[in-house]
Amino acid sequence: MIEVSNVSHRFGERVVLKDIDLTITERRVAIIGSNGSGKSTFVRLLNGLLLPERGSVRVAGLDTRKDAKAVRRKVGFVFQDPDSQIVMPLVEEDIAFGLKNLRLDRQRIARKVDAVLGRYGLEPLRHQATHTLSGGEKQLLALSSVLVLEPEIIVFDEPTTLLDLRNKRRILTILDELPQTAIVVSHDLDMLDGFERVLVFDDGRVVMDGPPTAAIPHYLGLMA
Amino acid sequence: MTLGLYVHRETPIHRVPAAVKVLTLVAAGVGVFLVPNPLWLVPALAAVVGLMVLARVPLGETLRQLRPVAVLIVVIFLVHGWFTSWTLGFLVVLRFAVLLLLALLVTFTTRISEMIEVLERGFRPLAVFGVNPEKLSLMLSLTLRFIPLLFEKFQEIREAQRARGLDRNILALLMPLLIKTLKMAGDLTDAIDARGYDPDRKPTDR
Repeated sequence: MIEVSNVSHRFGERVVLKDIDLTITERRVAIIGSNGSGKSTFVRLLNGLLLPERGSVRVAGLDTRKDAKAVRRKVGFVFQDPDSQIVMPLVEEDIAFGLKNLRLDRQRIARKVDAVLGRYGLEPLRHQATHTLSGGEKQLLALSSVLVLEPEIIVFDEPTTLLDLRNKRRILTILDELPQTAIVVSHDLDMLDGFERVLVFDDGRVVMDGPPTAAIPHYLGLMA
Repeated sequence: MTLGLYVHRETPIHRVPAAVKVLTLVAAGVGVFLVPNPLWLVPALAAVVGLMVLARVPLGETLRQLRPVAVLIVVIFLVHGWFTSWTLGFLVVLRFAVLLLLALLVTFTTRISEMIEVLERGFRPLAVFGVNPEKLSLMLSLTLRFIPLLFEKFQEIREAQRARGLDRNILALLMPLLIKTLKMAGDLTDAIDARGYDPDRKPTDR
């Protein structure tokens, strides 16, 4: 469960989030809204990448301000541009990066890396330099590098924006099959089928909170 | 653009620990200069070539790497032969060849991460002077990861500016690259944080 209590945040003079107060218990939650509406700022609060200027965020009872490390182990984050997320020069090294940060021993790291490479079809690319991968392969690697850490909640910040149709479907299939809670920021309304809850952001506020059938028409009305 | 020449193969040479390879390279670097007779270096050269065959290093890539240095080696040989003696020229060229091929063998058969781990261990004694070996090793990894990426971004920007007739304008090339780089650096910091990186953790047995 994620509890966001009276959160406001600003960058310099610009207020980007205003009095957000909500609780997330659902398995599939989408966040939509125009550019600059506060979506990306909001999701960065959920694993403590950003600390709220006012209010608090708690994940499974842990405050992101006080228990940042523990929160980050619970909440994985997949960024829009995989190039900014891939840290290591080789595919298998990048998947192992987060595991090394957990101080697991070599054998456990190797077992987990093998399992993820096999599960997501990256085995043939294991020894490949990360900068030589295609866009779809990079996003798959970025996702695998987060999934190998087995977080309880995964935040996706526009995961399909830079992908072609085939790779988009591939990522959506993986997302669909994830047992974890997924919170997805997206401009792609087609992918919201099956989501339990959609938050519509506008000018730093949640202006609509409901099922896709109610939220999408509201969003389209805002964009008209 | 390629950085790092590691080619994965299942060979005994690939399995030799990186630290052993690096130390061997250092020892050979000293050793070849202690040998006074070029004929003693011929078996050493043959041994290195033998190891390269055993490691199944790609011949084409090896030749591609050697091509620029070959000219230099020929010049050194000629200069030495002309001004001192052909025997000395032969000795110098053999020293170069042994070291160069050995360095290539190490690079072809060792992952960058293993090399960096060796360096990280090497940096550990510097911790008493306030140097953080973890940070240094991450810095090296990121450099290796981002040099080709920045090169790629530069090419993209150059193409975009060429389309606008600005490909000779240094500012039009560098400003977008700088902005992109700063944006990427910010995102990367978030990504590293999100994956639990802690620069102050104690060294482990990894």
